[in-house]
Amino acid sequence: MTDIGSSRPAAQAFELVLDKGESRVAEFEVRARSPLQKLQHFLHANPTAVPAIVLLLSVAAFGFTVGSRFLSTFNLSLIIQQVTIIGVIGAAQTLIVITAGIDLSVGAIMVLCSIIMGKLAVTLGLPAPIALLVGVAAGAGCGVLNGALVTRLKLPPFIVTLGTWSIFFALNLWYSASETIRSQEVAKIAPLLQALGTPVNVLGARFTYGSFFMLGLVALIWFVLNRTAFGRHLYAVGDDPDAARLSGIRTDRILFSVYVIAGVICALGAWTLIGRIGSISPQAGQTANLDSITAVVVGGASLFGGRGSIIGTLIGALIVGVFRNGLALSDVDVLWQEFAVGWLIIIAVALDQWIRKVSA
Amino acid sequence: MRQSFGLFAALALTLGATSAFAADKPIVGLITKTNTNPFFVKMKAGAEEAAKANDVELRSFAGKVDGDNEGQVAAIENLIAAGAKGILITPNDSRAIVPAVEKARAAGILVIALDTPLDPANAADATFATDNFLAGQLIGQWAAKTLGAKAASAKIALLDLNVNQISVDVARDQGFLKGFGIDLGNPAKIGDEKDARIVGHDVTLGSEEGGRKAMENLLQKDPGISLVYTINEPAAAGAYEALRSVGRDKDVLIVSVDGGCPGVRNVKDGVIGATSMQFPLLMAAKGVEAVKAFASGGGKPKASPGLDFVNTGVELVTDKPAGEMPSIDSAAALKKCWG
Repeated sequence: MTDIGSSRPAAQAFELVLDKGESRVAEFEVRARSPLQKLQHFLHANPTAVPAIVLLLSVAAFGFTVGSRFLSTFNLSLIIQQVTIIGVIGAAQTLIVITAGIDLSVGAIMVLCSIIMGKLAVTLGLPAPIALLVGVAAGAGCGVLNGALVTRLKLPPFIVTLGTWSIFFALNLWYSASETIRSQEVAKIAPLLQALGTPVNVLGARFTYGSFFMLGLVALIWFVLNRTAFGRHLYAVGDDPDAARLSGIRTDRILFSVYVIAGVICALGAWTLIGRIGSISPQAGQTANLDSITAVVVGGASLFGGRGSIIGTLIGALIVGVFRNGLALSDVDVLWQEFAVGWLIIIAVALDQWIRKVSA
Repeated sequence: MRQSFGLFAALALTLGATSAFAADKPIVGLITKTNTNPFFVKMKAGAEEAAKANDVELRSFAGKVDGDNEGQVAAIENLIAAGAKGILITPNDSRAIVPAVEKARAAGILVIALDTPLDPANAADATFATDNFLAGQLIGQWAAKTLGAKAASAKIALLDLNVNQISVDVARDQGFLKGFGIDLGNPAKIGDEKDARIVGHDVTLGSEEGGRKAMENLLQKDPGISLVYTINEPAAAGAYEALRSVGRDKDVLIVSVDGGCPGVRNVKDGVIGATSMQFPLLMAAKGVEAVKAFASGGGKPKASPGLDFVNTGVELVTDKPAGEMPSIDSAAALKKCWG
């Protein structure tokens, strides 16, 4: 070190070449952007913005065309009641979709657990809390089977859950003997099973404990996804499993646990289901798996993994609920209601793709 | 290689021989729409009992879901290959199944449609079914008589099955409206009626969940609904939950069709005002008997007078009889119900 006080030591001969090179560190290029690009960037940074805007627009549109029958607090709270089950099941689906998986068995797990709860409490006369716990344990068991097949046998989640969907549904029919337990019998013997159907009136709006339960569950999952290491690991595994493994995440353990958690949530969904329909029917929940995927996709999650939010799913479920309720009140034939919901899914995914193209 | 072929041939011969020994009983195939709906589960149970009693071998198949035609076609092909004497089928798609049925009949098999007629009906050798139009008419007439003077100002919600407008769905819905005294427009179409008393139609998929959601939405359309028609009793139970949640369970009349045991208990509890009972066990049992008679060299079954099918009967079940209408009460119905 000869020239003390100078800001840089004198370069040795071989270092002279560096002056010709790039001396800046890596940084993002900031270009002047068109308003459309600015919007695209905003939407990319806020994945729930698209579904939230769509929800507001659809509420406004139906409010304008149908009027007060649609916009009454009672009707709007009714929509929340109607999407409660799909909201809960959609929460389970969201966690799995974030890891780039898919669970086609959610509806079957829910129905199987509701049958187990009903059989134990009503037919066998066990205390209702025990029946509930066994039902939740059964949901976890279904999740263990899904998770083990996905992580141990390395089978694609789509195939695994396509298979377990049939397996769980067959078990449901066998255990229930295809027979329904009537609402009156549940109310008489095990009212706790219907507890989540208890109505709560607030200023002309009508909620049920089930709606609050769903909101609480969504809040809890939001916290886990956004404020805990486990939540960040889910996104990492879904975005790039190899990178996640190389950075020290135990990807198999994460994947396995997410299926088990989904199974438990589906069992809780069974409790909300009994609350809503009163009776316990092996025929229930037949469209729940596809409806839950619809809610997740319309809510802005990507089926390729690594992108999605639980709030988005809740909004997605609400959008579908608003559409079905609003179209029914507008006297639109059920056939065209199906048609409209189909387009809704396509448009939601198209928007999502457009946002993912964002380059800045 | 050659050795294993020899083994294989021997195995095939043994298998062939054993099935030839087993084939001394005539084979009857039962193909239901699904194996999930209690109605078809009971139908299968009825067929199994009848098969034992008539000394025939029953082989049961079902579509995977409501509307699964391919599964039923495959089942017919399997039964033709097995050399069945007769096939009893509740078609998922009354028209699309016809070519497969023609193949079976060309192979000398007696084909009987149960519960749902084929289209055209004479594509099957016979049809054993509930007169679904009559089933609807009975509950429609009962509702009109029960409401009396209020029938003129009734507000009616109709909870149908699904968007496909299948024959059973249309017949019950239109039968109900005719029984209530409403001009049908086209009796082959749901939803083209102009009567101001109709608040609306919605679909339920025949489940409690669907019944509740449809009822909630129709109540939003018109909170004054006073009469609810439902395609089946699970949908009625769901509709009742929706009415109960807004405190309208006591002053709204619900009518339904089916006669399943949970439904009959709901008549007893006052959830459902009246329901039309049908007899799936009887349909299946009669079907098996007809195949047995045919296999023993007898003729084919003859349709009921004035109809193009064998009517397996329908009974009005209610604890509040209306006028002169013949009906049975829930206590009597509990002895006859299914599911």
